[in-house]
Amino acid sequence: MLFTSYEFILFVVILFVIFYIIPKRFQWMLLLLASYVFYSFAGLGYLAYILATTLSTYLASWRIGLLQTIQADYLKDNKEGLSREERKTYKAQIKKKQRMRLVFCMVFNFGILAVLKYTNFTILNINSVFDLLKVGRNIPVLSFVLPLGISFYTFQTMGYIIDVYRDKYPYEKNIFKLALFISFFPQLIQGPISRFDDLKETLFSAHSFDAMNISFGLQRILWGFFKKLVVADRLLVAVNTIVRNPDDYQGVYVLVGMFFYAIQLYADFTGGIDIAIGVAEVFGIKLKENFERPYFSKSITEYWRRWHITLGTWFREYMFFPISVSKSMLNLSKRCRKIFGDAIGKRIPVYLATIIVWFTTGVWHGAAWNFIVWGLLNCLVILVSQECTPLYQRFHNRFNVLHTFWYRLFQVARTFWLMSFLRTLDCYRNVGTTFRMYGTVFTKWNWNEIFNGGLLGLGLTISDYIVLILAVLFILYVSLASRSVGYRQQLARKPLTMRYLSYFLLIISILIFGAYGVGYDASQFIYSQF
Amino acid sequence: MKIKKILINIVALMLLLAVIIFLQELFMPKYMSEIPEGNLVEEYYSEEKKHDVIFVGDCEVFSNVSPVTLWEKYGITSYIRGSAQQLIWQSYYLLEETLKYEKPEVVVFNVLSMKYNEPQKEAYNRLTLDGMKLSKQKIGAIKASMMEDEDLITYIFPLLRYHSRWNDIKAEDFKYVLGKDKQSHNGYLMRVDIKPVGYIPKGRVMADYSFGDNSYYYLEKMAKLCMENDVELILIKSPSVYPYWYPQWDQQIVDFAQENDLTYINFLEVAEDKIGIEYDKDTFDGGLHLNLSGAEKFTEYFGEILRSDFNLPDHRDEEDYKSIWKDKTDFYYAMKEDQERELKEYGYLKSYGAVAQTIGGSLDEE
Repeated sequence: MLFTSYEFILFVVILFVIFYIIPKRFQWMLLLLASYVFYSFAGLGYLAYILATTLSTYLASWRIGLLQTIQADYLKDNKEGLSREERKTYKAQIKKKQRMRLVFCMVFNFGILAVLKYTNFTILNINSVFDLLKVGRNIPVLSFVLPLGISFYTFQTMGYIIDVYRDKYPYEKNIFKLALFISFFPQLIQGPISRFDDLKETLFSAHSFDAMNISFGLQRILWGFFKKLVVADRLLVAVNTIVRNPDDYQGVYVLVGMFFYAIQLYADFTGGIDIAIGVAEVFGIKLKENFERPYFSKSITEYWRRWHITLGTWFREYMFFPISVSKSMLNLSKRCRKIFGDAIGKRIPVYLATIIVWFTTGVWHGAAWNFIVWGLLNCLVILVSQECTPLYQRFHNRFNVLHTFWYRLFQVARTFWLMSFLRTLDCYRNVGTTFRMYGTVFTKWNWNEIFNGGLLGLGLTISDYIVLILAVLFILYVSLASRSVGYRQQLARKPLTMRYLSYFLLIISILIFGAYGVGYDASQFIYSQF
Repeated sequence: MKIKKILINIVALMLLLAVIIFLQELFMPKYMSEIPEGNLVEEYYSEEKKHDVIFVGDCEVFSNVSPVTLWEKYGITSYIRGSAQQLIWQSYYLLEETLKYEKPEVVVFNVLSMKYNEPQKEAYNRLTLDGMKLSKQKIGAIKASMMEDEDLITYIFPLLRYHSRWNDIKAEDFKYVLGKDKQSHNGYLMRVDIKPVGYIPKGRVMADYSFGDNSYYYLEKMAKLCMENDVELILIKSPSVYPYWYPQWDQQIVDFAQENDLTYINFLEVAEDKIGIEYDKDTFDGGLHLNLSGAEKFTEYFGEILRSDFNLPDHRDEEDYKSIWKDKTDFYYAMKEDQERELKEYGYLKSYGAVAQTIGGSLDEE
């Protein structure tokens, strides 16, 4: 059920009415039921996967929690009788048992994800090697269909089990509450990836009808619809025309494609998250923000702190830090320092962890070389810019431009275009084509074409471009205006007529200028495919 | 304070709805200067609903039958509830809806649409369904007609379908936003131009000539509906020579009529000999549809059958009807004159009698 479908709107409206009618203690149960109904729209068979994840995680967290209790009781009962060494040994034994449950749970769940998402990718690569070696036989590809949002809910659930293992918070004793945390429908398709301790506060509590909260939620939903339907789905036509016809659209068109895709992806992904957060807000539930004006970032590192924040946080907390401080990494660090000296030696483990994280980030986005290369290129740029820090420092010591408006503008534009270049790997059918297209940007000088009607050959009319320009300027304005205080809060302080006029204009813009219905291809949210 | 807030919200909501309804009316195609078929279904609602005969079916009724001729020759009042490629389930629901408003003596159904067992095209669906008033019948017709990628809600709130016309809004859309000119003559769409029948392609050999289950289902429903309402149902095949009407199809209708004790007349068999249709001058598109001359000949012939075999009364001397039909007849001849003038002046029909439409009046005025 697509967020922008009529079915979804009807689903939320019905749920909303029931939610505020039933006794408050049943609200979270209703949300669980609704989430499973929502999920089953994608196919009843998929329920088995999310149920397997829920059950395995519950059992593992229950065992880990139980071991924690046993340990606490044992240590309390034997407070006087145990030496420090004995206590340490006992704790280590318990931790080992807990780790076994954790590892089992992670292997099982990441295993499901890996089998469903990466088996065919692996087979195709093995077949390519076979072809290269002229083995003369191929492994047949398997017909797996990826369950909706599996990458998102698997990561969210594994974050939970790791936190329970780390004793950050106690495990959830009620399996149905855990099931709701894993399957909560607004965040199921494309995130944000929530942490249990963040979400549980509002997810399981009773909610009264709060007009302000609901109004804010509805505004956020409308804003998401505006971004998705007026901007993202309108640009989709032009982006597809360029990337699906690489022989016809080269040179400047590749740059146009990059620019359009940057806007499309932003409007699509942030729009989807706006709808998710807005829907949750209507039910009184607070989801984490996933973006913080990412296209105003001045460096790629900053960009990744502001784009898809919850995924970045996940990788940092559950992968980068654990790898960096793991025993093997510390040993490696020691050895490297001995061999290469302190300066280089201490960097190698960090860089190695960074490479692993970015490789995984690439793989998480999709089972294709495009995504792996994309991840590694991101990593490369980050590491190179880190290595170049002394150079930048020297430059800034010499030229005092760092805090000037124009230099900041340059930094923002540089980051935007650099990211757009890298992001193009999402679009073309393979890495080779993408690099060939990169090449044409520098070798094919056809700038005059876009001013001679070329832009009108991409499936958009002049009126479409006018709508797009106005819509993007509006998004830009709202983005800039809400730097300190949220735009909805600002709007709430405006006179009544102004407020209603804004709502009306937004609703009517979506209704009239939205690229939906017959004549437009209903487009899936880009991130729901990851 | 709280009540004031609620009232403000209600007023704001009403205002928003009013704006959306206005936009919906603005964005819906008006079918004034082109595709006049799009208005046929809607025009019925502004009619005085006192008809002896209701015709239902596709273009073979709204192009081939002239209710004004039926009135002038026999004093029979009639209305055509037909539109372009009107599928049998659409005819059924339109008939069911019509029977809510009036009880005719006879219903005539043109059977060509039996050949379609599935919905065909969204554009044709729209021509029929957009004009229907919201009712149980409309919902039924929509559900039966929708293509796979269509949504029911877009028929109930057509703005969701026609919003993409924002780039295509013309002066016509503003001009007719509050009311449209009448285009048909009790559902008959007049054409006086001539395009003789030339080459008629023979029907392709088919693997199976049987009409589909869905078509039969609605034909049976139609027969049952007429029986329940004590209305005589007549099945006809209008005298259009193309699309090809297979003998195997004809036989199935003959059998159905026999089994259900219905009258079935295939006018193709008597078109030239008895009706006197001359296909070199009585059609405007090479035999698909009759022009005014052909429609008048066919209607006169059919009218005689209706009068004699079904004992339909002659209302020509009844005061109630006289003035209504005087206006209709005036509009009819004004349009005929108008079209003939256009034909003479330009060699083709430029506006299909747009000048005469001002005589016909606006739908909302009636």
